[in-house]
Amino acid sequence: MFDDLRDLYQEVILDHGRKPRNFRRLEDADRSARGDNPMCGDRLELYLKLAPDGSIADAAFQGRGCAISTASASLMTETVKGKSAGQAHALAERFRELAMTGTCPDCGTDLAEEMERLQPLSGVHEFPSRVKCATLAWHTLNAALEGAKEASSE
Amino acid sequence: MSFDIQCIRQDFPILQQQIRGKPLVFLDSGASAQKPRAVIDAMVRCMEERYANVHRGAYFLSEAATEAYEAARGAVARFINAADPREVIFTPNSTAAINLVAHSWGRGVLRPGQAVLISEMEHHANLVPWQMLRDEGRGIELRVARVTDAGELDLEDVAAKLADGKVGLVAITHMSNVLGTVTPAERLVRMAHDAGAKILFDGSQAAVHRRVDMQALGADFYAFTGHKLYGPTGIGVLWARLEHQERMPPFLGGGDMIAMVTIDRTEWAAPPAKFEAGTPPIIEAVGLHAAVDYVSAIGMPAVEAHERRLVDHAMRRLSDIESLGLLGRAQDRGGVFAFSLDNAHPHDLATLLDRAGIAVRAGRHCAEPLHTRFGMEGGTVRASFGLYTTEGEIDYLAEALSKAREFFA
Repeated sequence: MFDDLRDLYQEVILDHGRKPRNFRRLEDADRSARGDNPMCGDRLELYLKLAPDGSIADAAFQGRGCAISTASASLMTETVKGKSAGQAHALAERFRELAMTGTCPDCGTDLAEEMERLQPLSGVHEFPSRVKCATLAWHTLNAALEGAKEASSE
Repeated sequence: MSFDIQCIRQDFPILQQQIRGKPLVFLDSGASAQKPRAVIDAMVRCMEERYANVHRGAYFLSEAATEAYEAARGAVARFINAADPREVIFTPNSTAAINLVAHSWGRGVLRPGQAVLISEMEHHANLVPWQMLRDEGRGIELRVARVTDAGELDLEDVAAKLADGKVGLVAITHMSNVLGTVTPAERLVRMAHDAGAKILFDGSQAAVHRRVDMQALGADFYAFTGHKLYGPTGIGVLWARLEHQERMPPFLGGGDMIAMVTIDRTEWAAPPAKFEAGTPPIIEAVGLHAAVDYVSAIGMPAVEAHERRLVDHAMRRLSDIESLGLLGRAQDRGGVFAFSLDNAHPHDLATLLDRAGIAVRAGRHCAEPLHTRFGMEGGTVRASFGLYTTEGEIDYLAEALSKAREFFA
């Protein structure tokens, strides 16, 4: 009945949805922000620990959400560790493109390996009502890096 | 007239199509119902043959449109057994109808020190307008009656909150859009009136599923909407006793709601025109007229009996699904089922069901406090039935839910 949904719900997504990585509170976080999708009630709190050079030393999150938003947040925290703020913003921008269109023209250049890891989420572009689920964590990341406390994926 | 479900389904053009290659199983009628051919045709005919603005032109088309608009008011009045068609005010929807009461009656008639009593199971449309009224510094309190774990209105709590006689208005749903609970309306009317309060029902769901009779019920205000009643969007109804309408100041000012205007002052038109400022939803009124004629021809008792069968069937089938948590188990309930599965988030579930051609709603259904009350902040999936819903569709939903559970296992 749902075989054609395996593109959206790839095994890696179901896995990260069930067992999100870095799903914890960072007590000594330098930055944190809350992401809300008021439409569906998805909510996450993102924590960042910054290195002296401003790069992301550690990233973690807590919250509740669907498989897509949880998997996206989980994969994001894995992907942005060790990245500079500029790289993290660039990843956020490319991920948004990937989620909305299913393709990422810039992925062949730098950060290609990181984008490859996020590729399983590209299937959401066929589900307009679900794109926000995938991008909520990244909106929240941008907010945290910019020092804002809240992000909304409205 | 017997209730022939296949015949009825033929009346709804949209149900004949396939979605994603599968027959459409539309289980979101609680959000908005589909439209029968009779409604579509009536609106097209109005636009093609009988359309002009109402209440002003001294020419054939305007007179015909005015007649059609007022005939719709009469049809709605008969549908709800109102004592007088003037008790029917056309509004854009239920939300606007409740806001009209909150603005006009709430600000014009309620006094400082009085309270409005709602319940935990209100749709935001019957919650937010009262919060706004409370927060205006007019000294009006907002009280909230509890809902029991079974999803029924806690009548002892209602009585306790009415006891000091300060409640000026009880504003409560006649049927929950999440729990399906039908509230004991007649009893609530007595309780409110005995405590010196007026009572408003949000009948958005109930008016679709049950025969509602304004003269028998004896309430003060009753709000419902056209688009859930197989009519068009853009038109709703506030039924309000004339004596209340007389005391209420207008909500919106403009054309059509005036008797006499000079540059300095205005005299209001008589009810209900006083509350229908501006060009009204004329085509929509014609559509709503066709919709109430359509359901009246089937007969509300037949609609209700069909729904009772569906509810019993859904109760059985959904209870069979492992780890399905159903929100609300009220004794008296309509065809609305909100639930969750242990291993699937409501949005993931709705996406899966959509692939099977099943349209359901996921989220908190404009009843966030109720979901919080039941510890379901993440929301639920809601399947809601219409008069075209079949037992076969409920079986198909149950089958899809079982498979969805395996999918996420």
